[in-house]
Amino acid sequence: MISANLPALQVVLPLLGAVVCAFLQRGVYAWGVALIVTATMPFVAAGLLIQVMDGGPISYALGGWAPPVGIEYRVDVVNAFLLLLVSLIGAIIMPYAKASVEKEIPADRQAWFYAIYLLCLCGLLGMAITGDAFNVFVFMEVSSLAAYALIAMGRDRRALLAAYQYLIMGTIGATFYVIGVGLLYSMTGTLNMADMASRLGGIESSRAVLAAMAFLTVGISLKLALFPLHVWLPNAYAYAPSIATVFLAATATKVAVYLLLRYFFTVLGTVFAQQSLPIAEIVMLLSLAAMFGASIVAVFQENVKRMLAYSSVAQIGYITLGIALVNQSGLTGGIVHLFNHALMKGALFMAIGAVFYQIGSVRLADLAGIGKRMPITMGAFALAGLSIIGVPGTVGFISKWYLVLGALEHGWWWLAFLIVASSLISVVYIGRLVEVIWFKPVSAAAKRAKEPPLSMLLPTLLLVAATLYFGFDTSATAGIAAMAADWLLVGAR
Amino acid sequence: MTGEQLIILALLIPACGSVVIWATAWNANVREGVTLLSAAALLLVVLEILERFMGGGEVATRSFSVVPGLDLAFDVEPLGMLFACVASGLWIVNSIYSIGYMRGNREPRQTPFYICFAIAIASTIAIAFAANLFTLFLFYEILTLSTYPLVTHKGDDNAKAGGRTYLLILLGTSMLLLLPAIIATFVIAGTLDFVPGGILANNTSSTIIGVLLAMYVFGIGKAALMPLHWWLPAAMVAPTPVSALLHAVAVVKAGVFTVLKVIVYIFGVEALSSQGNASWLVWVAGFTVITASLVALRQDNLKRRLAYSTVSQLSYVVLAAAILTPISIVGAAMHIAAHAVSKITLFFAAGSIYTASHLTEISQLDGIGRRMPWTMAAFTVGALSMIGVPPTAGFLGKWFMLTGAMDTGQWLPVVIIVSSTLLNAAYFLPIVVQAFFKAPGDDVKKHVKGEAPFPIVLAVTATAIGTIALFLYPDVPLALSKMLAGN
Repeated sequence: MISANLPALQVVLPLLGAVVCAFLQRGVYAWGVALIVTATMPFVAAGLLIQVMDGGPISYALGGWAPPVGIEYRVDVVNAFLLLLVSLIGAIIMPYAKASVEKEIPADRQAWFYAIYLLCLCGLLGMAITGDAFNVFVFMEVSSLAAYALIAMGRDRRALLAAYQYLIMGTIGATFYVIGVGLLYSMTGTLNMADMASRLGGIESSRAVLAAMAFLTVGISLKLALFPLHVWLPNAYAYAPSIATVFLAATATKVAVYLLLRYFFTVLGTVFAQQSLPIAEIVMLLSLAAMFGASIVAVFQENVKRMLAYSSVAQIGYITLGIALVNQSGLTGGIVHLFNHALMKGALFMAIGAVFYQIGSVRLADLAGIGKRMPITMGAFALAGLSIIGVPGTVGFISKWYLVLGALEHGWWWLAFLIVASSLISVVYIGRLVEVIWFKPVSAAAKRAKEPPLSMLLPTLLLVAATLYFGFDTSATAGIAAMAADWLLVGAR
Repeated sequence: MTGEQLIILALLIPACGSVVIWATAWNANVREGVTLLSAAALLLVVLEILERFMGGGEVATRSFSVVPGLDLAFDVEPLGMLFACVASGLWIVNSIYSIGYMRGNREPRQTPFYICFAIAIASTIAIAFAANLFTLFLFYEILTLSTYPLVTHKGDDNAKAGGRTYLLILLGTSMLLLLPAIIATFVIAGTLDFVPGGILANNTSSTIIGVLLAMYVFGIGKAALMPLHWWLPAAMVAPTPVSALLHAVAVVKAGVFTVLKVIVYIFGVEALSSQGNASWLVWVAGFTVITASLVALRQDNLKRRLAYSTVSQLSYVVLAAAILTPISIVGAAMHIAAHAVSKITLFFAAGSIYTASHLTEISQLDGIGRRMPWTMAAFTVGALSMIGVPPTAGFLGKWFMLTGAMDTGQWLPVVIIVSSTLLNAAYFLPIVVQAFFKAPGDDVKKHVKGEAPFPIVLAVTATAIGTIALFLYPDVPLALSKMLAGN
């Protein structure tokens, strides 16, 4: 009974949790509810993944209305992997959240914070699980509106501006997405993604379909912060509460990337394969621009959260580059980097969140010498930083290996060279951080610092351990990513 | 114990040693005891592996697949065996020396120093026993990262700048050139295993082989081929035991070791020499040998002169490999061992002088030999070995290199080796003459009271004796080198 309804539970549980949280007065109670809900999510997602690996894609008719008319939840390897990722991150953050939220959010808003957090989680999981193009839009709005509110709760007043900026950009993105879906609906008469894909036969090169593809690409690219549509991201990540930054950086852009995959390879697979629009080429160019441009900008940041945010833009470039390679290795690299980047960026933002918890600042100058006061946290930070660089033995290396392999399979030596060259820039900004953190004399602000409470330290260490573990044993991550890549490439033929 | 367990033990001893050092930081004597104990245990295990290997036994671990095609695996082959012996043997001496030096100079942050040192040794052993390029690359990078805190140990601006250069050049070359070369090798050959005779031999065109060779020799920045050598002088800001680690035990040796390994087991000596597109490497290596010697001639700072001497000596190994005959490969392998013991002696002597007197410039050393006879005698042995004078170890490597070059009628390497020998003499002998035969200068009179602390003198004497012993009893290294060259 329960195993048959797992797809619905994946979305309904956080939604109910959000409602319960909204009715609670005390932040601690809301935290307890959120803790229980998020802790069950990975089990639901793992159950789904196991079912999919054993028995192939699951189709779940919501409310008993049969697809393609009713809303269908459709789970295959690709989104089962993503559901697991989002649920895991959502759960790991929760123990960490309590101390951090108590420090950063006013007491009367803490319950609201957890309610919105769960709402955002619900929206993201919904986007990933649904097989209905318009339902995606609904969940996109749920998650985005929740995300704006989360960011706006930041202590810094610039958080309001950042949230507003994100609101405008995000709304434009969502609008573009809806226009794209509308065009496809007008051409196919259906909103079910699988149905849409099958009905596009014969009209792949019609102007309306091509226009739809263009709108969808731009709309989703705004959401996933593809260069140069990333301008909302650095401020949003920099000024949001620490928890919101960790959560959004590790999950929100990843779900948008999944949508891009879904449209490029499943819904519009035949259109994409025909190459009547040079979309892959454009995405590749923009990815390269992100990998270099954003990394270079990151080098010059004085606010560490902003620096990591720009690094995120660059890392998203690796993911979209993998997509643009359109071969098995490249796509595997892109998908596995979804997972890997979530781990390492989550760890980095958690470590920095712990610093903010202790000294109330993330300015580089205030972090001087803090490695001597918080050796464990900052050691974890440095290890996750190595993963950003792509040192072998970390998850970053695995992603890079597949991406370079994908480039060489095309015979593109220049691209292989560019991929490794761009990671050299990350050596500069990570190295700069390490130098300041460990080798500068202890700053006035850092003097007060000590290790954060265990509830914050352990989740951070867990994520760092995962970045190392999955750098060696990749049967779960790269193995599933390779399956997902195979699955997607079938659709694009 | 099986061979597999022995290899794993050899990796775990220094790795776990670093953890125990961290745990025993509360008592300096216990902490140093742990370092010495780990070093001794490691040497015993490596010697046990050596005995099994020489007895003809296969010593290897199972492989663990990271992603399809990338395996984590270790096995023992002659060159790695030689390197492991050198590294583990010198770790003990270096530890004794470190204790004297770090305490004698009252260096701060000694616990991180010993921790990073142990991790560096663990990765060096892993490099020595790596069964494929991926495993080697993994620990090559860990070695770079674990030695970075050692280079920046002093923590001042100078140290930070040196560390920056160190990290950027080593990580940069390995990422920009070595990693793409490895991935390209994988794409072409379908494997990364070290196979005698090479894996690239018949799989691709000679142009691509030439390009790959260039990517490898310059990508392996630790081999310090010009123009990618300047991280080495920059890293001279480190404390002397670290310089010894960089120059003799681990880092640069890992570099030339990797170059040699790639030429023998990835390209294949015969395959390369039949295609004839490695002759440029003789020029590049020869250029480095001569130029670095010329630069060394002009340095007044003792450690800088030694650093440029290292750059020059390393390129002997690359040069010997580039001659591409079995006998010159023997020379290359022998030179790795010989240079290790001799250069560590020289650095120990330089550190001994610094600890006793804080003198760093060569021009200040007039007559120091009379006040520090042990140190300067050891220095003399090391210097003679650098020049290649019997009865010191340096003679052996040069002998085989020259034989190899003459046998195949390659006169360019002969000219390079001979003229560089003269240069070596020109920048080392004056120091010896000055130290022993000049009257003590003002600096020496003022600063030198006597020998350095006992652990330092003990270590420097031990390595000097080792330098001579290697010449007198070269059986084991020679046997290993000959196995490597295939006869």
